[in-house]
Amino acid sequence: MSSAREEIINRVRAAISRKVGDKPAAPPEPLLRIRGYKLDEKIAAFRAALEALSGTVTETHSRAETQSAVKRLLDGRTAVASAHPLLAEQWVTEIEVVQSGLTGADLRNACASAGVGITSAYCLLAETGTIVFRASAEESRLISLLPPVHIAVVSSRRMLGGLDEMLSMIARPVDDSSAMVFITGPSRTGDIEQILVRGVHGPGHVHVVIVHEEDIR
Amino acid sequence: MRENTRQETLDDPKLQLALYTATGRLMDHRKKAIGGGKVPEYQDLRTRAAAVKRHTLDYLDVYLTQFEAAVQANGGKVIWARDGAEAADFILSLAKEKGESLIVKSKSMTSEEIHLNDRLIKHELETVETDLGEYIIQLAGLRPYHIVAPALQMTRYDVSTLFEEKLGIAKDDVIENQTMTARRVLREKFLAAGIGITGANFLVADSGAVVIVENEGNARLSSSAPKIQIAIAGIEKMIPRVRDLGVFLALLGRSATGQALTSYTSILSGPRRKDERDGPEEFYVVLLDAGRTKLLADKEKRESLQCIRCGACLNYCPVYRKVGGHSYPWVYSGPIGKIITPQFQGKEKDPWLPFMSSLCGVCAEVCPVKIDIPKILLALRRESQKSSDDAGAMKWFARLMTRPWLYRLAASFGLGWLGRKDGVWVREVKWPASSGPLKDWLAVRDFPAPPEQSFRDWWEKRRK
Amino acid sequence: MPGRVSIFVTCILDQLFPKAGVAMVAVLERLGYDVEFRKEQTCCGQPAFNSGFHDEARAVARHFLDVFDGAEHIVVPSGSCTSMISHHFADIFAGDTKMLQRVHAIEPRVHEFSTFLLNVAQTDDVGARFPQRVTYHDSCHALRELGMKDVPRRLLRKVKDLELIEMDTAEECCGFGGTFSVKFAQISSGMANTKVDSILKTGASHVVSVDSSCLMQLRGTLSRSGHKVETIHLAEVLAAR
Repeated sequence: MSSAREEIINRVRAAISRKVGDKPAAPPEPLLRIRGYKLDEKIAAFRAALEALSGTVTETHSRAETQSAVKRLLDGRTAVASAHPLLAEQWVTEIEVVQSGLTGADLRNACASAGVGITSAYCLLAETGTIVFRASAEESRLISLLPPVHIAVVSSRRMLGGLDEMLSMIARPVDDSSAMVFITGPSRTGDIEQILVRGVHGPGHVHVVIVHEEDIR
Repeated sequence: MRENTRQETLDDPKLQLALYTATGRLMDHRKKAIGGGKVPEYQDLRTRAAAVKRHTLDYLDVYLTQFEAAVQANGGKVIWARDGAEAADFILSLAKEKGESLIVKSKSMTSEEIHLNDRLIKHELETVETDLGEYIIQLAGLRPYHIVAPALQMTRYDVSTLFEEKLGIAKDDVIENQTMTARRVLREKFLAAGIGITGANFLVADSGAVVIVENEGNARLSSSAPKIQIAIAGIEKMIPRVRDLGVFLALLGRSATGQALTSYTSILSGPRRKDERDGPEEFYVVLLDAGRTKLLADKEKRESLQCIRCGACLNYCPVYRKVGGHSYPWVYSGPIGKIITPQFQGKEKDPWLPFMSSLCGVCAEVCPVKIDIPKILLALRRESQKSSDDAGAMKWFARLMTRPWLYRLAASFGLGWLGRKDGVWVREVKWPASSGPLKDWLAVRDFPAPPEQSFRDWWEKRRK
Repeated sequence: MPGRVSIFVTCILDQLFPKAGVAMVAVLERLGYDVEFRKEQTCCGQPAFNSGFHDEARAVARHFLDVFDGAEHIVVPSGSCTSMISHHFADIFAGDTKMLQRVHAIEPRVHEFSTFLLNVAQTDDVGARFPQRVTYHDSCHALRELGMKDVPRRLLRKVKDLELIEMDTAEECCGFGGTFSVKFAQISSGMANTKVDSILKTGASHVVSVDSSCLMQLRGTLSRSGHKVETIHLAEVLAAR
């Protein structure tokens, strides 16, 4: 009596006329289109792409600027922040209404009730205006997902040209992480009469603060 | 709420307008995304995507086992399901074992295929669809109308009535409010559910990863909030490496909705790692056969398995745009539905299905993975012809067309019988022509009266 | 120095729309070609092929190959019949090496009429005059199997006093599809009505195409709804003086 696994694999082998031990051919070469950009070109492209999706981009050149930019975006709402070191370095976690360092049920409840979720990012992708999230000790999934507003504070050094560039740099991004998410603008749906509505399940507002770390002493 | 029949759909001007406009909009989005030289390598991408899919199917046993090993190395588990019943049984026994009774689901056509929700709900597992369109049709008890837009045919007034009836909410036909209602109701479910079930756009062999492409965030929530994540996917969703996503993601969003990237693309590879603060504690991937190995064995039609479920073929299909998703017998509609339904449901079930096409070929033109749908439709027609009503007529057709004297005689006599008159179009014809295919023709359009002389008559005359 | 061409007028043109064939002969002769009409010709077999009857299609295709054996150029006033020969004869003789040889020999010698004018006769101006506003219907086989988007338009643009206006659904199927038109008459008619709506929007007096089956579908629909718009084969426009 064969298991479902055996049966399926055997059926597959029979269907494609392969025997156990037949050496497979190599897969076709991936097509990775990487264009060379300067930083200011990348930032301009990122801004254009994210603004087209109704997101915002703010550039800062000092800790004080970063903190005040985030304060402005918070607009008095409560926030939960991830444990990414950049947020502490840039004085974001010091803002009064920002909770940080949470774990377990506290973290989950804070995400469910906060008005804003603040994260950093693994990297940014200029061509599509994408924030790349990678689950880790420092970044949790629900912070950029449950609150209706998402602010990502990211160093300009993490700005890549596009998805293909990122894929060329890291072949297996989820070996040591349970999740990588490409976040491109706010949550959206057109399921009723094709009319666009933002913020159906995920955040309806996305703001990116790009920190020019090279300018910070 | 019930499904409209094909004829009802054709006769309903409001539904026709909704269908034509919605698909027209999706076509425009796609055209804008790839037009004007925006993606100069577009045809190259299609060729490569088709090649990767073909390669993966050619070595699917290798990739399936590689995938399983990688999932296990990440702390997850792979469940092999020969059919829908086995997939459902696994989920049922897991829920029972863990004492869970509430499941949130994100959009999965594969799960529709195997009627997963019905099976789970029969065993008193509350199973809630969380994609807005799917949630709406779940409340209404309908099949999805379109692969990407499940409630495409419904208006805001339909939704307002539905929410009033099923949720006890005061009538509100403002779409934004309806959406926020769904957000509110479903948010509670996400946070209370013990199990989240998702589909998968791709399975990645080298990383044991499940890739989910979406715009709403409900798949992210379904895979992040509950303790247990289950991804259910057909075995054909496999691709070799994460870096192959570059090609597929470049094509999928653009083909489906005209987006370079959708709002969220998740690459998920197992339960939360040791130091992560949230994410599922248990991770299962259900690999589903349910007829796929049978289709894999059919060399001529195997490429149907390359489909990445973008829905472009539906949007462009002039037949789909007239008859809508409920005129197809199974859960997959449009051109892709026409070619896979006979493979999965059996050719005898809906023998007319491969004939509901004018073979215009626009589906093959827009398919991002180059499935030659017309070729497969012709193959299905070929396989059904022996039992067809047309067999007798076709034998006569061949006899006529291989015997020029007989052709000339039949044409001259037959058309002469109808009556010759240059430049005239008629509403009816004499018996017995009036009882054959001409009857169906004349039901909806006029027919040309045969001309006073045929071309060959003219040629003969002028040679003299 | 133009030589001899053999014409395959197609069964539908022969019996229902001979004027298009007559026009094609006129244009070819105007360009100096010696036109041959092989009397034994009948059909390309497409109705059988599209319905899945390969044996019958094969028999008819074999007859075609016999009739046109040795012809140097075969000119066809139909996109769908041309693509049947140049793209699908190989399908129906798959596995039959001898027949495939004959098929591959004939494939490069078969030309849809307007393609013949541009690529072989190497002319886009045949001295035509047609003072009307016309719109062009891209028939599916011509567009997608033969890649003919520009070819007919280039020829139309050189016709004196002709105003070419594009309909917004030019590339959409008219709904004929062979037996589809009677097996699924309601859907077919719906598709035709969509085309008719956009044809009427152009204000054109004529719809032009290279496929008579499409023109039959469109004209039948226009006529049934009492519209005066006429359908005309590209060959007839090019023959007009």
